[in-house]
Amino acid sequence: MAAVIPQAAATKPSSVAARKSRTGYLLLFPGIAWLGVFFAIPLVTLFATSLQTPIEGKTGKYQPGFAVGNYADAIAQYWPQFLRSFLYAGTATLLALAIAYPLAYFIAFRAGKWRSLMLVLVVAPSFASFLLRTYAWKTILADDGVITSTLNNLHLLPDGRILNTWIAVVAGLTYNFLPFMILPLYAALEKIDPRFIEAASDLYASPVTAFRKITWPLSLPGVVAGTLLTFIPAAGDYINASLLGSPKNRMIGNAIQNNFIEFRDYPMASALSFILMAIILVLVFTYIRRAGTEDLV
Amino acid sequence: MRWLRKNFIGIFAILVLIYLFIPIAVIMVLSFNNPVGKFNLSWNEFSTDAWTGLCDVPGVCSSFVKSVEIGLMSTLFATILGTMISFALVRYRFRGRSTTNLLIFLPMATPEVVMGASLLALFLNMKFPLGILTITVAHIMFIISFVVVTVKARLQGMDPRLEEAARDLYAGPRAVFRYVTFPLVLPGILGAALLGFSLSFDDFIISYFNAGTMVTFPIFIWGAAQRGIPVQVNALATLVFLIALAIVLGGQFVNYRRRKKLEAPLAVPSAPPMVADAMSRS
Amino acid sequence: MTEQNRQVEDLHLQNLTKKFGEHTAVDTLNLTIPAGSFFALLGASGCGKTTTLRMVAGLEDPTEGTISIGDRDITGTRAFERPVNTVFQSYALFPHLDIFENVAFGLRRRKVKDVKPQVERMLELVELGSMARRKPTQLSGGQQQRVAVARALINQPDVLLLDEPLGALDLKLRRQMQIELKRIQTEVGTTFVHVTHDQEEAMTMADTVAVMNSGRIEQLGHPADIYELPRTVFVANFLGQSNLFQGHKTGVSGEDYVVSAHAQNFAVPSARTFTDGDSIIVGVRPEKMTVLDASDAGGIPEHHNRVAGRVTDVSYMGVSTQYLVMTSWDQELTVFEQNVVVGDRSAVGDEVVIHWSPRHTFGLNGAAGTSVGVDPDVLELEAVNQALAADVVEG
Repeated sequence: MAAVIPQAAATKPSSVAARKSRTGYLLLFPGIAWLGVFFAIPLVTLFATSLQTPIEGKTGKYQPGFAVGNYADAIAQYWPQFLRSFLYAGTATLLALAIAYPLAYFIAFRAGKWRSLMLVLVVAPSFASFLLRTYAWKTILADDGVITSTLNNLHLLPDGRILNTWIAVVAGLTYNFLPFMILPLYAALEKIDPRFIEAASDLYASPVTAFRKITWPLSLPGVVAGTLLTFIPAAGDYINASLLGSPKNRMIGNAIQNNFIEFRDYPMASALSFILMAIILVLVFTYIRRAGTEDLV
Repeated sequence: MRWLRKNFIGIFAILVLIYLFIPIAVIMVLSFNNPVGKFNLSWNEFSTDAWTGLCDVPGVCSSFVKSVEIGLMSTLFATILGTMISFALVRYRFRGRSTTNLLIFLPMATPEVVMGASLLALFLNMKFPLGILTITVAHIMFIISFVVVTVKARLQGMDPRLEEAARDLYAGPRAVFRYVTFPLVLPGILGAALLGFSLSFDDFIISYFNAGTMVTFPIFIWGAAQRGIPVQVNALATLVFLIALAIVLGGQFVNYRRRKKLEAPLAVPSAPPMVADAMSRS
Repeated sequence: MTEQNRQVEDLHLQNLTKKFGEHTAVDTLNLTIPAGSFFALLGASGCGKTTTLRMVAGLEDPTEGTISIGDRDITGTRAFERPVNTVFQSYALFPHLDIFENVAFGLRRRKVKDVKPQVERMLELVELGSMARRKPTQLSGGQQQRVAVARALINQPDVLLLDEPLGALDLKLRRQMQIELKRIQTEVGTTFVHVTHDQEEAMTMADTVAVMNSGRIEQLGHPADIYELPRTVFVANFLGQSNLFQGHKTGVSGEDYVVSAHAQNFAVPSARTFTDGDSIIVGVRPEKMTVLDASDAGGIPEHHNRVAGRVTDVSYMGVSTQYLVMTSWDQELTVFEQNVVVGDRSAVGDEVVIHWSPRHTFGLNGAAGTSVGVDPDVLELEAVNQALAADVVEG
């Protein structure tokens, strides 16, 4: 015989299963602990900070408290920024969806062997600095630049400029988060068997009808995922507003940053963050309720 | 006109791709600019000064190096932790799966302001000094989720029969992992690491909140945005972009060559007529 | 070229049971597979054959029972400790290794020093010597299948398990691979256990066939024996086809039972009847029957069993012609006649008499009913076709 197969002692099934389960917990623990300590707990700390009260006589210093009124103050003072953030983010998301869907459709169904290359090209711009890309729009949308001049000549610009208006901010948001819309859309579209569409044609559906009845519904998970992944970071962004907008266009992210870094009004900043987080969590949980948690990760 | 309608989607797609690259082109072109004054916003005259003197402006290179350091450290830890979680999720049974999935997903769905702010609140309350450590800790935190998503997908896509075949062929648990599971998961892990590094390197908001006086490359750019961004920044950013693009395209090219080899006609060796018959038909 | 001269031992499965929760996949299996034989486990999907195979391989743990090779009890050992190798249905070739390393895998894990000569010899055996450095995805289905066989065989296992290995191949290639595998088994002398749902494949390749149904073995034996003499309705219907008549014993005539079914009398040899009760199902294989025009019925030998009917379908199949004949009690019988005389065929609508020798008749326990073992999809399809036809006619 070529090699001797050793006779090992019989292992009891139950201990093998138990060992497997323990290893699972061991593998899980470090990463989950890290997330627990540096993601979950800070959110708790954030909440605690939002309830702090100022210490008499010492500006910039706070003590633990239960000042729920901080939240009322936060909303009263900053509700325009909240509204603006959701408006800008919402508009940007819709624009991104309109721009991304045809591209994702093309890559999924028409691109053939160019598919991988096109996906690389979609992701590639993200390799250049986010800040610089946003900053570049200051050049592209400059008052004396081609685009602004052309639109001005067509009398399409109410303010005579794009930069330092909400238009530039929304344009920036749309551009920056476009890949986050394209990729989930592509992932969902790619899963659709083209033979479904062929079957629809066979059963007398026009291309538009086939899209409405077959492709669009089947791509909905991707639409929802892309919408979430675009809207959420856009709502919290403040870079676009800072670089491309005027003080009239400041978003809630700006307010949070100012309160934390400049004003050092930690309770206010924390309350603002928490409100933003809460609103977004509502959106996320609505999505989860529909789709379950297994597809999240 | 008919042609236009038929190819509308294709034309639209190309236009969107061009749209995605316009700012990149602007960045690259302006890296060869010699601007009037401090603001590098519009073209003045051609110059390679920024490229030849990459570190001439104080802070540019030091912040760049800091970002690379932080990127490497955080990617290393996040990839290890994230890969471990992926294996646990795909291969093992445990209680609290929904909660775990949620905890992993939430950082990807939370606005960076909230994550940056909450970590800052934690560090402030603990009176922990802000600096390179806090930045790295923060980066590891938000990269883990992306690693899990990437590696988990790769693991789930692996044929479970392959590991059974290895066990059938005398591979014990450690050998199965070493010779079958790990080599097949490795591309996913490397992809996740690449993704993690790029996320860390380009991160601004979370870093800004938790940096204290430490300056990373994005923080430097933000600070310079008000005063005028040095042309060197454009040059460095272009460099990073080109290197990353080269790596990814290189990977694509290798795959392309590998696929080309599959299509090459297979040589028919001399064999007994029956088998040769079977082979020519298979 | 003989790979080895070694003592191969019998494989014993004793009281082997596997339960998945409430569902019993394998039910108290007792089986001895003789050393060096080509053994087939035949059954429909879900009958437990693959589960049995995986338990022998060590990829599933039995709920009860033991598995032994000769005197060695291997039940508690893990897959990588057993001298058993598997050829998987999807081949499961390692995509990141080339053919050489795939085949060498088992040897390397067993710390064999110089694998090159053995690997090259094995690749020659399966006619793939020139493919050693290619990757599995560069090979055709048939070639991948041979690599899977080589990868398993090179380890000289006591038992080689094959899990429907030919399922993915097209018909002609499958036939050739069946012959190849049989040739290899004869040369190498290892015990082969082949799991399949294709009864022709099982009968072609195996020395012994075990027909499995719902976790149990219905019948076991040499292919010819179990085909010519099925002992249960399931085997009669699953292995090939049978015409079955539900009846009861009315008397004895010499060595035959007289069974009355549908107001006809049939002679069934008592030696070919497997029930003591009076409820008997009379069975006969389609190829044992002859179709005669009703006007020629006088020429039928006295002692033959006979049934009258009308031809409802004639299918010319090259080698043979298949007739469907409707009886007076609305049962459609199937007859295969070899096309010996060209052109001499009955036509649809003809009144005919079918006859066959009692020697080819068998008797089964009448309790089960005559459709056990027929593919339920086929039964449904027949019902649907009848409904559709009626609908079109009335429509």
